This record gives sequence, C-alpha cells and structure tokens, in this order.
Amino acid sequence: MTAPIKPAEGYAFAYLDEQTKRMIRRAILKAVAIPGHQVPFAARDMPMPYGWGTGGIQVTAAILGPADVLKVIDQGADDTTNAVSIRAFFQKTAGVAVTTRTSEATVVQTRHRIPEKPLVAGQTLVYQVPIPEPLRFLEPRETETRVMHALADYGLMHVKLYEDIATHGHIAKTYAYPVKVEGRYVMDPSPIPKFDNPKMHMSPALQLFGAGREKRIYALPPFTRVASLDFEDHPFERTRFEAPCALCGATDAYLDEVVIDDRGGRMFVCSDTDHCETRRQEGHRGALLGDIPEEARS
Amino acid sequence: MTAPLLEARGLTKWYGDRLGCRDVAFDIHEGEVLAIVGESGSGKSTLLSLLSGQLAPTSGSVAYRMRDGAIRDLVSLSEAERRFLFRTDWGFVHQDAAKGLRMGVSAGGNVGERLMAVGARHYGDIRAKAEDWLERVEIEVGRIDEKPTAYSGGMRQRLQIARNLVTAPRLVFMDEPTGGLDVSVQARLLDLLRRLVADMGLAVIVVTHDLAVARLLSDRIMVMRRGRVIEAGLTDRVLDDPREAYTQLLVSSILQP
Repeated sequence: MTAPIKPAEGYAFAYLDEQTKRMIRRAILKAVAIPGHQVPFAARDMPMPYGWGTGGIQVTAAILGPADVLKVIDQGADDTTNAVSIRAFFQKTAGVAVTTRTSEATVVQTRHRIPEKPLVAGQTLVYQVPIPEPLRFLEPRETETRVMHALADYGLMHVKLYEDIATHGHIAKTYAYPVKVEGRYVMDPSPIPKFDNPKMHMSPALQLFGAGREKRIYALPPFTRVASLDFEDHPFERTRFEAPCALCGATDAYLDEVVIDDRGGRMFVCSDTDHCETRRQEGHRGALLGDIPEEARS
Repeated sequence: MTAPLLEARGLTKWYGDRLGCRDVAFDIHEGEVLAIVGESGSGKSTLLSLLSGQLAPTSGSVAYRMRDGAIRDLVSLSEAERRFLFRTDWGFVHQDAAKGLRMGVSAGGNVGERLMAVGARHYGDIRAKAEDWLERVEIEVGRIDEKPTAYSGGMRQRLQIARNLVTAPRLVFMDEPTGGLDVSVQARLLDLLRRLVADMGLAVIVVTHDLAVARLLSDRIMVMRRGRVIEAGLTDRVLDDPREAYTQLLVSSILQP
C-alpha cells in the first residue's frame, strides 16, 4: 500500500468540484434505492477520452474520501496503462492511499473484472461501463427500451438467448451476460466475463456502475439478488477452464490466454494479477513458473 | 346471449381538420369474421388503429370483453395492459410481413417471442410449440432456424400468422393480409386462414380492398367511403345485392378474366 500523499495544488479534492460530486451522489443514491435501474446524470468531460473509464472515474471521484484506499484494475490487472494512470490521477488530485491488494482496498475501480478474492462489507466496487443498456442491440430506440424497462417487458431478451441456443446449441454469450436484479430490472453487468456473474449475487460489497458517454449510473446495493438470465433446460453455466493457471496453479480463477512464441505456444494465466501474486507468495506454483537464477538475485 | 367481444360506438377520428373516420359503430362476437372494404384513403386503416387501441379516437368508444369477462374501454387501458393484450389475446397481421416479423431473428424465435414475453422459460417447450405452429401454417419444420429474410413472401406471411396465433388469441386484426402476393399464393393463404379461423374460433377484423378476400373469408362486411360506413351486412348479401351506388361500382369494377 502506498500511503496518502499531499495532493497537487490547484485541484478540488478528487478533481471534480463539490457541486458536481453532489449531483453524482444524488444519482448514486437513487440508483442504490432502485437496484438495477439506470439513473441519468450530467456526466462531465474528464481529462481522458470516452472509453477509458470516464463514467467509473466520476463515480469514484464522487464517493472517495481522504481515508479511502483505492485499487484500480483493468481486465484484472493492476499494472496496465489504464489502471496505472487512473490510480496516479487520484493520487495526484485526492492524495488518497493506493494499493494493488484487494483486501486492503476500500474502493476498487474496475474495467471488466471482479477481483477473485471475495469482496467484504465496507468495500465498494466501481465498474466502468461502455454501454449500460442491455436491450440496445435488440431494440435500438431508447424511447422504446425505457418503456420496456418501465413495464418489465423483457421477452425480447430471451429471444436473443433462444437464438443463441438455436444457432450454437448453447447460450454463447460469454461477457456482458444480462442479469435480472431482485426479480425486476434486467441489467447489463458491463463487459465482465460471465465467469464473474455469480460473484455479484448477494455480494456484501456495494457495486456502482458508471457510464460516462451514455450518462447513466446504476447500482447493486449489498446483498442484492442477481440472477443470470437462462432457460430452465439450458441453465446458466460459469465458464470453466481446462488447465490451471500456469504461474500459480489456481483452478478456480478466470484465466487469460497468452501467446508465448511464434510456434503456436500459449499459456493460461490468472487475469487477476493480485490474486496470482498472492498465491505465488503463499507458495503455490504453476507448471511454467520459473525461478530467478542465483546470480541475478541481489 | 353473451356480450359482444368488441363493441365500437360512434368512433370518430379527426387529424386536425382532416377526417379519418366518422361515427363508426358495430359489434363483433367470437368466431366471427368482419371485413372492412373500401378504396385507399377511405379510413380503413385509421379504423383498424382505433379498434386495436394504437390510436386514441377523437370521440366514441371501443369496449372489449377481457378474458376474465370484464368489459373495458380500450382508451382507459394502461400501456402495460394494452401490451399484454397485444401479445396474448390479440394478433395483428400486417400487410408487410417485415413489419410484423423480426427479420433478424430466426423463424423459431419469431414464433417463440410471444411465449417468452408471457413467461415461457423452457427452451425445449418453446421450440416444440414453434415447430408445431410452423407445421400448421405449412412451413417445413427443417427451416425453423432460418431467418425470414430467406423466406418467400407467402412463407413470411404464413410465419407472421403463426407468430400471432401461438398464444391462442381471441381477436386478430389483419391489414391487407394478402396484399402484394401473387394469386396462387393468395389462394393458398386464404385457404389456410379460413381453416385456422374455423378451427380456433377466432374473431377476425380484416381490412382489405380486395373483394375476393372479403368474399372468401368474412361473414359480414362493412363498406367504407370518405371515413363513413356506407353499407354493412352479410357478405353475400352486400356483394350479390349491393344497395349503395358506390358499392355497386366497387362490385362491378372487379375484373373478370
């Protein structure tokens, strides 16, 4: 964990001005009150392009306090460009402590993964959402999708799943897999792999979703029922991996495929870097994990 | 005698100062087929939209007897109730099948959509029902996973009918169901419709400019001109012995090969 530092001069705490943060907090409160319902908010321009997490970053800015410890992940990794720059952004403008350890963090901003380590009460997970509308590609008219949400008119969603089974023999959607929240609203969980879907169900952590370009916020309060849509005879199935992680040997984690040479060689490693490191420190070893040579240690 | 399924009284629709239709009144009972005929611009389509609750009348009322026996004015239905009616108790067959079908979704998905909308969640059951319905409208079951774009015009129209009838509605609206089809396909479609209507005891309100369709399909007929119903009665009576000058003109203008 990196301790809090003095924020850069000339910025409001966490970049956004107080009125903007109040506006976003009001939207968050409403979203928490109606789980799964998309609440419009006046998203601001952020000093980064759309698609880089402008929604998530505004939500994080609105809920961050000086005592918070922030973790940012991009596809599970703490060390990719997007994660590093967002973490640095909040270090600079809010001076908060940052960490890569899931267990130490109070706020985790994520792009498309849920950490492997189960979240606990008091933690908040902030999702960066590209397209908040689960019905978008089935019904392009926003006026119509809003009515469909209002009337819980979700038959169309199952038509999509039906088509998947008819063409592929199973539900082929592997990410952004739609869920029903508390038996009411159908929600797009942002493009997390469907492997992560069960983690949302009855999570003790608060989950907030921010879509900057689309100007929508939605939320799952702690202990919310979240069910992945399916058919009785084709139930939802979590993605399974054939091999364990090549570095830490984990068999219950979501794996990334990494090409390692130009002869078709590839390995599968944990997408959650913190999870993988923690396991290696605990002494777990995968098939491809090497040792640092004696002479290179210093 | 039970109350009519649908009861229209004094239906009038003005589009600003232009007339859509005026003072239309009729009843329709279960199992009855009513044809509305007239030339383009006579108010047929306006009337159909009013009857199906898609358009609010300027004055007048449409009372509908729901499945639970309660009689409701369509204007007073909430959007949710209206949508529910539309996918359970009603059907709507458009002239252009592309309007009534989802062209990007397979035939099976098209037929299954209504079932899923009212809560069916068993893939096998939905598919079995879709197969059954494709058979009933004479579409090869093997083509269930094809999209309607791969279907001919006549097949699309039959698919549209299957999609509408899968929830066993009591009332079906049809807007020129045979328009744009060639004559032999038309005949086959009419034959199929006649059989389904009789089997299921459907009430049908069919709008058409084609008197042959009215003759084959309907029990009763309403002739419209300039927004008003100028003549109504049993189909055979109206077509064999038209009273109004306009109806006589209409009947005599059918081409005889």
